[in-house]
Amino acid sequence: MAEEHNMRRVTAIKNGTVIDHIPSGQALKVLELLNLTSDTSVPVSLVMNVPSKKMGSKDIIKVEDRELTQAELDRLALVAPESSIAIIRAYSVAEKLTVNLGEEVRNVVRCTFSNCITQNPREPLPHRLRVTKTDPLTLRCHYCVRPQNLDELIHNLL
Amino acid sequence: MKGLITMDDLTNEDIHSILADAQRLLPVARGETYLPLLEGKILGNLFFEPSTRTRMSFETAMKRLGGDVINLGDVKTSSVVKGETLFDTIQMVDGYTDIIAMRHPRQGAARYAQDAARVPILNGGDGAGHHPTQTMLDLFTIQQSHGTLEGLTVILAGDLRYGRTVHSLSHALVRFGCRLIFASPELLRMPPEIVEDLREHGADVTETDDLLGNINHADVVYMTRIQKERFADEDEYAKVAGAYKLHARDLDNAKSEMVIMHPLPRVDEIHPSVDKTRHARYFEQAFNGVVARMALLCRLLGIEVPAEIGGGDA
Repeated sequence: MAEEHNMRRVTAIKNGTVIDHIPSGQALKVLELLNLTSDTSVPVSLVMNVPSKKMGSKDIIKVEDRELTQAELDRLALVAPESSIAIIRAYSVAEKLTVNLGEEVRNVVRCTFSNCITQNPREPLPHRLRVTKTDPLTLRCHYCVRPQNLDELIHNLL
Repeated sequence: MKGLITMDDLTNEDIHSILADAQRLLPVARGETYLPLLEGKILGNLFFEPSTRTRMSFETAMKRLGGDVINLGDVKTSSVVKGETLFDTIQMVDGYTDIIAMRHPRQGAARYAQDAARVPILNGGDGAGHHPTQTMLDLFTIQQSHGTLEGLTVILAGDLRYGRTVHSLSHALVRFGCRLIFASPELLRMPPEIVEDLREHGADVTETDDLLGNINHADVVYMTRIQKERFADEDEYAKVAGAYKLHARDLDNAKSEMVIMHPLPRVDEIHPSVDKTRHARYFEQAFNGVVARMALLCRLLGIEVPAEIGGGDA
């Protein structure tokens, strides 16, 4: 019941994407990751800190008229790896997706270490961050092996 | 194993077997016997920042084994100043050589080069990152002095923050159950993420600013240079530098088999009076750079070192 009530806090959308089970307080970061903070043409509804059976409390985002791509899902893995995504078409759930954080985050974000070889934008090899732990999420650059600060990392999206 | 980028590319078994190869290659390194195991092979020396010992010892190692060396030369006059990427430089040298030894100011450059190259890369230092060939010669020197790598108490002293040598060495020593004492001024402490890493691997690590008070417990004292330019003002430097200068009189109560090592160059952190003591090992250590690199070149090029090598006492 609580879950249903949460979803009704904002109007149902006709077409678009619903991102559920975002860790409480991370919704604004998710918007930033998806470049939705600067795009004023897309209607976005945000629910924060609502009760959740699974997580205690959570955030929810509804994005109208936009379906998330796999590349965008990869970005989401950095702050909301457990989130569940529903693609909505004509008010119904057309597809259910989950974010799967693999062993490596490839060409999504640049290493945060200022002296890493990958800081030269002309170097052609892919940006690679290895997932060394999932709880809490710990990433290291494949090249310089430096541990990554997740708060800084969000500013280094490619 | 394709190249050697960090010590994680070697198992403990690999380390023991490469050190055993190095031991057998000693007469070749001393020039007492000629063993052209690497005849027809070419080493590319790519030093994007200054190096004396590492570059020269790679070159000597290759030539003692009958191989040849080509050098990048002065970076200032190479294609690097024209803005060539590391990727492109590696593509070129990869075609000219059988193996590459590389030093680069950027951290992660060696791994990047290995991903771009067909031939093996030997990391001769990448920024403040890793310097595994130095670690191999350090381990060789420690084993030569103590007959083992296991369970020793090792003090690493001086600049532990910026010194890639001590970063690689600490990781390796922990794998052999050594107890580590990090003696440094507050400003030059071992980076916390490295200490955390070492402790996660079960290391017994002590951090202190007191070098002299710990010397009597040590089997190895590994000194590094404290660089004046790391300090905001000279007074601050002067205050701490004195505590990290070793003099022969400081060693009166040291264990008789304790050895003092230094990756060199030294400035004044080891007084010349120490050179004559039984503890000094830094010049042997510098020589061991040749033999350790000989063993590594053979290993990465897939050339087996013969079980017996004549021509001198190993």
